[in-house]
Amino acid sequence: MTVDLATRPKAATPRGPRRRGAIARGHVGWAFVAPFAIVFFALLVTPLLYALYLSLFQKRLIGGTSFVLFDNYIKAFTDPNFLDGIQYVIVFSAVLIPLQMAVSLSVALILDAVVTRFARFSRLMIFLPYAIPAVIGALMWGFLYSKSFGPIAEIFGMFGAVGPDLLSRDLVFFGLLNIVTWQWAGYYMIIIYAALQGIDPTLYEAARIDGATGWQITLRIKIPLIAPALLLILVFALIGTLQFFNEPQILRYLASGAIPSDLTPNMYAYQQAFALANYNYGSAISFALGAVVFVCVYLFMFITRKRGSFLS
Amino acid sequence: MKTKPVLAAALTLVLAGALVSCAGDGGTNEGGNSEATNCTNKIQKDDLPVVTMWAWYPNMELVVDNFNEQNDEVQVCWTNAGQGGDEYDKFQTAITAGTGAPDVIMIEADRIPTFQVQEAIVDISAFGFEDVKDDYSEGAWKDVSVGEGVYGVPVDGGPMGMIYRKDIFETYGITPPTTWAEYEAAAQKVKDAGGPLFGDLGANTPAVMMALQYQNGAEPFTYDSANPESISIDLNDPASKEVLDYWAGLVEKGLVGTQDQFTPEYISGVIGGDYATYISAAWAPGYLTGAGVGEGEDAGVWATAPLPQWDAADPTFVNWGGSAFSVTSQASNPELAAKVAFGVYADDASLTDGWQNQVIFPLNLKALNSPEFENYEVPFFGGQMANKEVYVPAANGYTGMTYTPFGAYYFDAFNEQLAAINDGSLSGSEAADALQDTVVKYAEEQGFTVE
Repeated sequence: MTVDLATRPKAATPRGPRRRGAIARGHVGWAFVAPFAIVFFALLVTPLLYALYLSLFQKRLIGGTSFVLFDNYIKAFTDPNFLDGIQYVIVFSAVLIPLQMAVSLSVALILDAVVTRFARFSRLMIFLPYAIPAVIGALMWGFLYSKSFGPIAEIFGMFGAVGPDLLSRDLVFFGLLNIVTWQWAGYYMIIIYAALQGIDPTLYEAARIDGATGWQITLRIKIPLIAPALLLILVFALIGTLQFFNEPQILRYLASGAIPSDLTPNMYAYQQAFALANYNYGSAISFALGAVVFVCVYLFMFITRKRGSFLS
Repeated sequence: MKTKPVLAAALTLVLAGALVSCAGDGGTNEGGNSEATNCTNKIQKDDLPVVTMWAWYPNMELVVDNFNEQNDEVQVCWTNAGQGGDEYDKFQTAITAGTGAPDVIMIEADRIPTFQVQEAIVDISAFGFEDVKDDYSEGAWKDVSVGEGVYGVPVDGGPMGMIYRKDIFETYGITPPTTWAEYEAAAQKVKDAGGPLFGDLGANTPAVMMALQYQNGAEPFTYDSANPESISIDLNDPASKEVLDYWAGLVEKGLVGTQDQFTPEYISGVIGGDYATYISAAWAPGYLTGAGVGEGEDAGVWATAPLPQWDAADPTFVNWGGSAFSVTSQASNPELAAKVAFGVYADDASLTDGWQNQVIFPLNLKALNSPEFENYEVPFFGGQMANKEVYVPAANGYTGMTYTPFGAYYFDAFNEQLAAINDGSLSGSEAADALQDTVVKYAEEQGFTVE
C-alpha cells in the first residue's frame, strides 16, 4: 500500500537522480538486513541443510556409511519407539494444554478484576517460574517430589499416610504435567492479562448499564475479545509440548527407570545422536518430528479458524 | 491474516527443533597436540611436547603433577570432561566430528570394545606394552583387550563384594551370607522382623547384573576383534535367567528396593539405614564417602564381606567398573600418548594417594601386592582390613569378562528391562528374552552377523 503512494508521484516525474536514489536505498536495505541474514544462514539454514543431508545416510558400526535416501524416514515412521513417543506427547498435550489454559485464563481474569497492590505482587509471583530455567525448575521439582526429603511426602507423613510418588512409573505423567504447568502458566497469564488490559473499559460500563453481571461481562465480553491471544497461546503450547524434552530428560536421573530414554521424540533423537552416535537417524527423527509438529499445528489452525468465523 | 506470523513462528520452531540433532557439545580441546591450552593443571616444563588427556579420578590433579614433575620427555595437559556417560557422549561426538578428542582418555573397561569397534582408540601393544605387562594381572589385561589387541592401560578395578551395616546385622541376629540362597533367607528374616530393605536393584546399574550373570557362568558376549563382523549374543541363557529371576523374586517379595542408585534419593536411604547391604565394588567406599555416607550417626557401622556365591565351594569373582587409559586414534603422536597412558598413574606416590585417600582400587601389582595395601585398615569400614579379607582375593581370582562393542545401546536396553522387572510388568526370564531380542536386532541393524 505504501508502495503505491510512493510510486505515484515518481511515475509522474521520472527523473534520473531520483531513480538512482531509489536504487541506493535498495542497497542500504540489504546492508540493514545483512547482519541478520548472515546469522540466519550460518546458524539456522546451513545446519538444517546439513542435518537434512545427514538424515539421508546410514552409518553402521560394521560396514560404514552408505547413502540410503529416505530409508531413515521410513524407519522412523515404522519405529515403535518413535511412534510411541509421538503418541505420548499428543496425549500429554491433550491433557496439558486445557489445564494450562484454564489456570492461566482464570488467574488472568482474577488479576484483571482485582486492582490492589496485592494483585501486582501476585502477578509477578505467578510469572516468576517462567524466569527460572527449565532445567533448574525440573531439578527443583525432582527434589520436591522426593519420597525421603520432599515436602509432599512430609505433609502426607504428618497424617500418617504415604504420599504419592510422582516419579513412579504410574504417576510420572502427572508429575511432569505439574512441572510444565507451573513453568508456563505464568507466562501465558501475562499474555492474556495484557490482552485484557487492551479492552476498552467503556464496553464494561455499557454492559453494566445494560444490567450485565460481572460473570456475564467475563463470558460475553472479555473472553471473546481476547480470543486471538488465547489462540496464540494454544499454538505456542502445542508446538512446545510436541517437542517436550528438558523436564523428562533431567528427571530421568531421579525417576528410577520410570522415564525411558525414548519417552518423547526429541529425547529419542538425542539418545540416537549423542549416546548411540547415530547422527543420521537422529537427524531423520528430528525432521520427522518437525513434520508431525507442522501437520498438528496446521490442522489445529485450520480447525480453529473455521470455528473463529463461526463465532463471529 | 494472523495465521501467517503464527505459522512462520511455528515453522521457525520446527526448524529449531530439527537443529537439536546437530547442536552437539564438541570437545574442549582443539585437535589434541602440543598447542593444547585448556589444561586444568599447570604445565611444568614448557619446552616439552604436550599430550592432552581426559580423566575424572578424584586425585587426578596430583597424579598429573607427579607425572609432569618426574618426566623429561613429555607433559600432560589434563581436563575433566565429566564422569562416565558425560565423557563418553563428548568423546562420541569428537569421534564423529573427526576432531576434538584428547590424545589419552579414561574409559571404563566395559566401554573399551564400544570405542574399539569404531576405531576411536588404538592398539598399544606395540608401544612398550611388554615393559609393563607384568605390572598387571591377566584378568586386568583381558578387560582392556579386544582379541589380541590391547586398547587400554588398567588403572583401577572394581572387584565386587558385599558392603553391609553391622548395626542392622546385629539387631536382627544375622551373619554375612555366603551364598545367594543365604542372602535371600537373611533378607526374609530381616523383613519378617520388621527391618529395613536388604538391598537394592537399581534399574540404572545394568553392569552389576551383567557381572552377577557372569558369576553364575553366563557369557553374554563373545567377540573377537580379529573377526569384528561376527558376535555371539547370549543374554537369555539359563544362567542369566536364573540371576534375573532371583532378583525379580527379591523385588516381588519386597526384600530389596527398586531405587536407582547414585541418586540423592538412594544416598539419603543409604545414610538413613534403609538398606542392610550394598552389592558393590571396591571403589564404593570412596564413592559413598564422597556422597556423605559414613559420617555422623552412621559412622563406623559399615563393614564388607565377600560377594555371596551361587556355589560356595566353587567361588567366582567378578568385577564392576574400573577404568583404564586409552590412546585415541586422533592422537597426533600415538607413541608419545601411549607413554603417558602407561606411566601417568603408575608412580608410588600417586598410587598410594589413590588407595589411601580416594579409595581407588589399584590394579597395578606394585600397589596391589604391597603389604601396606593388603594390611590397610580402611577407615570407612571401621578399621577392617577390607583389602586383605575381601577385595584382593576377589581381584586375584578375577579372570576377566568380554564386553560388547555396543555398550551404550546394551546398557540402555538393559536399563529398560530392569525397570520393567522392578515395575512387576516382566519376570526375570521375560526380561532376559526381551533384552536378547532387542540387542540382537540392534546388532544386525549395525551390520554384525549374530551367531
